[in-house]
Amino acid sequence: MTCAPASLRTSTDLLRDRAGAVSPAATLSEVFSTTVIDGAATGFALAHLSPGRGPVLWVQDRLSRRECGIPYMAGLPAGMDVLRVDVSRPVDVLWAVEQGLGCPSLGGVIAEIWGDPPVLDFTATKRLALRAEAHAVPCWLLRRAAEPALSGARERWRVSSLPSANAPCDARAPGRPHWRVELFRSRFRAPATWVAQYDHARHHMSLDHPIALRGEPDGTALSATG
Amino acid sequence: MGHEDKLPALPAPRPGPGSTPPSANPDDLARAMHALARAMAEEDSRAEQPPVPSEEDSLTPDSFTPVGAPRWRSGRDGARPSPPEAGRAGAIANGNAVARPVDHAPRDTTTGRDPLARRITSLHLPQFSIERWMRSLDRRGEILPDDLPAALAIEGPHGPVIHAATRAAGLAGVHKGARVVDMRALCPDLRIEYADIAGDRMALQRLMLWTRRWCPWTALDGDAGLVMDTTGSDHLWGGEAAMLRDIEEKLSHLGLSADLATAPTHGAAWALARFGGVRDCCPPERLAARMAPLAARALRLDADTVLLLQRLGLNTVGDLAAVPRLSLARRFANAAAAQNPLHRLDQMMGRTPEPVDSPDDPPRFAVEARLPEPIEDPTPHLPALARTLCAGLEAHGFGARRIALTIYRTDGEIARLDVATARPTRDWQHMARLFDGKLDRIDPGYGFDLVTLDATVVEDMAQVQTRLDGGADDGAEIAKLADRLSARFGGQAIRHPVVRESHLPERREDWHPVTGPRAHVLAPAPQPRPFRLLEHPEEIRVLYAVPEGPPAQFVWRKQTHRVVRFAGPERIAPEWWRDRPGTRLRDYYHIEDHASRRFWLYRDGVLGDRRGDGPDWFVHGIHG
Repeated sequence: MTCAPASLRTSTDLLRDRAGAVSPAATLSEVFSTTVIDGAATGFALAHLSPGRGPVLWVQDRLSRRECGIPYMAGLPAGMDVLRVDVSRPVDVLWAVEQGLGCPSLGGVIAEIWGDPPVLDFTATKRLALRAEAHAVPCWLLRRAAEPALSGARERWRVSSLPSANAPCDARAPGRPHWRVELFRSRFRAPATWVAQYDHARHHMSLDHPIALRGEPDGTALSATG
Repeated sequence: MGHEDKLPALPAPRPGPGSTPPSANPDDLARAMHALARAMAEEDSRAEQPPVPSEEDSLTPDSFTPVGAPRWRSGRDGARPSPPEAGRAGAIANGNAVARPVDHAPRDTTTGRDPLARRITSLHLPQFSIERWMRSLDRRGEILPDDLPAALAIEGPHGPVIHAATRAAGLAGVHKGARVVDMRALCPDLRIEYADIAGDRMALQRLMLWTRRWCPWTALDGDAGLVMDTTGSDHLWGGEAAMLRDIEEKLSHLGLSADLATAPTHGAAWALARFGGVRDCCPPERLAARMAPLAARALRLDADTVLLLQRLGLNTVGDLAAVPRLSLARRFANAAAAQNPLHRLDQMMGRTPEPVDSPDDPPRFAVEARLPEPIEDPTPHLPALARTLCAGLEAHGFGARRIALTIYRTDGEIARLDVATARPTRDWQHMARLFDGKLDRIDPGYGFDLVTLDATVVEDMAQVQTRLDGGADDGAEIAKLADRLSARFGGQAIRHPVVRESHLPERREDWHPVTGPRAHVLAPAPQPRPFRLLEHPEEIRVLYAVPEGPPAQFVWRKQTHRVVRFAGPERIAPEWWRDRPGTRLRDYYHIEDHASRRFWLYRDGVLGDRRGDGPDWFVHGIHG
C-alpha cells in the first residue's frame, strides 16, 4: 500500500506563496502617528474609505477624544456619514469594533486607541483582522503614543505630515496636504515609503515615490519669507 | 361535630317539565339565583300547567311589534299571528308596565336570557375637560384661585365658543356654547384657554381602561361618559351601592366629579346618571316606574327630536310610553335609529338589546418561565423566552421597542433590566443578544424561580421583504448594531451628527443618539475645514507681529510651534440672536507649523472692540 509522498515545501516556498497572495478587499490596518497631535493619520485612514459604501463607525476611547478631538463632519469627505461611539476603555473599543465589523452594511470602521493597553495584543488584533476579512469591512486602527509591538494587523503604517503643496492663489497659505507614509509591515506586499498627496475635493489620494517631492518647492524655502 | 366542617348540602331542585338548568352565561350570579328561586316558586304554584302558553298569554299586550320584532322574542312572534286588539295595547301599557318585566322576563325560556338581568353602570363626567385642565395646571405648580373665572374655548363657526367653564365662571354666567366675546363682556377678568379635545378623548380612553378595575367590560359613551357592564361584579365590592361609592371616591381622587347610576339597561343607566338621583341603583322591577317621570331628553335624543316631542306634548318618558307603538312607529318612520324615540324607548326598557361594546385590552406581550427550583443565572432561559415573545409579537404584527427582563428572587426581591431598540424588532436572537453582558449585573441573591420577559413598548411592524438578491437590509443591520452598542454602553454612547444652520463650528454639528430623527445634509463649507475638532477649544499663548495679523509662534501643550504658513483670517461673527451680549467675533487661521502639522486657530475678538482686554487665542481643530 503506497501513497503519494506529500510535496515538500520549504519555508521559501511558503514565503513566496504569501507574497503572491492577493490582498483581500478589506482587512485590518494599523496606522501609527509619529506625533500625537498630527492629523495625518486620520486623513490617511479616511482617504482609504469611500463615502458611498455606507456609514463609518468611528470608535474612540476617552483619551483619544480628549487629546485629539472628535470628527468634524464639515471637514470629512463629502457625503461621508459617521456613527460615533464614545467609550472610555480600550477593551470597550475592541468590543465595539468587533460588533461593527460583523455588520456588512458599514462602509468601514475607524478605531482610536491611545497608548499600548495590554488588551490590544496579538490575539485581539488577529480577531479583528479575521472578522474584517470575513465580512469585507475595512478596519483602520489609529494608534497614538504607541509602540508597534506584536500585532495581527495585516498592514502597518507609520504616517507623519510633510510640508504641504502650494495653494493655487496664495503663496503663503498651506495647500494640499502631503504625508510621509511608511508601510513597515505587510502581509501582501513589500514594505516601502511613499509620499501621499491628498486631494480633498476629489477625495483622491496618490502615493508617489519620495523623489517626487524633491522637484517641488517645499515649505522650508518659504519659511524664511513667511 | 364532624358534620360541621363539611360544606352544607343544598337541596336539589325538583325536576319539572319546563325547568332548565341554569346555563353558564356571564350573568350575575345573584340574579341567576334569584331567577332560579322565582322559577321554582312558580313551578310549585302551577303544578302541572305547561309554562309556555301561560307566558304567552301574559305577553299578549306587548308582543305586537310593528317595528321589527325584538330578537329575544322573534321566534315566538313569527310563529303566532298578532292579536287584533293590539291597537289598544299602548293604552293599557302604562298601568301594566310596572309589573310586567319582572313577570315575564325570567320565564323567557326560548332563549334562556333575561333582558333585564344585566346591570349596567353609566358614568357621566360633566366637568371632565375643565377638571383635566385644572389638574394639569396643578401638576405644573400653577394654582388657579377658586374665585378666578376661567373657561376653555373651542373654535366655533363664528369665532371661539365656550367649551367648559370653572365653577366661578359658571356663577358669573359663563355657559357652554356661548361666544367668548360675549362672555368677556359679561365677565371681564375671564381667563380663556383653548380646549384640548383630542387630549380629552385620549384621557377618556385611558380612564376607560382604568375603570376595568371594577368590571371587565367598559366602553366610551359619548364625549364625557363611560358605560360599564357591572353584571356579576358588584358583589366583589360589597354590593352595588358600595361599588358606586367606591367608583365615585376613586374618581374624586383623580380630581374628577362623576354622576353614576346603575340600571338594568344602558339607556336607563344613562338617563339616571344624568337626570336621576345621586348614585342611583334601579332594580329591574322598578325600571318603568323610575323611567316614567324623566324628561324626554333622557332618551338620548338630539335637541331637534326632543323639541318635536315637546311640541307633540310628550314631555316625559311616561308620556311617550303611553302612546301606541304603531303611532310612534309611523310618526318616526324616517328617523335614524339613534334619533328614533321608539327605538330609544325599547333600548331603555330592555325590549331591544344594547350590549356594552367593550373594546379589547391593548395587547400586552409578556412571557414568563416558572422554574422548578431557584437558579442563579437566567442566561439559559433567555433564548426560549425571547423566542416565545417574538412569536407572540409576530402573531399580532407588532415589534418591540423596549424590552424588560425581570427576575423574582426567592427572598422577595425583584431585579429588572431594560433594553431599548432603535427600530421595532421581533428577532429573538437579536433580542437575546441585547442582554449580553448585562445579566452579570443582576444580583441573584439566593436564586430566583421566576423570570419574565416583557415587551413594555411595542409598535406596529409590517412584514418587510429583504432584497431580492439576498442582501441584507442596510438600515436594519445598522439599527441592530446601534441596539447592541447602546444596550452595552448606554443610549448616549452611539450618536450620529445632526447638522444645523450655523457658522460657528461647534454649533454647526450636534451629536444625537441614533434612535432620534436623522438630519438633513448641508452643503460643505467653502473654506477648508479640519478633519477633527477639539471638544473644547484650548487656549494658547501667541506671539504675533501685529495684533490684527496672523500668529508667528504659539505655545500649545507646553510645546512651541513656529508658524510657517497661514491662510486667513476667516471671520465668523457671533450669532446675536442666540449668543449672550458681549460675545466676541472670531478670526480663524489655518496654519502650518515648522513640523508641517496643520492646525485651525482662532483669535477671540479683536483689539479695541471694547469687549474685554486683548484678544485670546485658541486651537480649535486639527487639519490633515
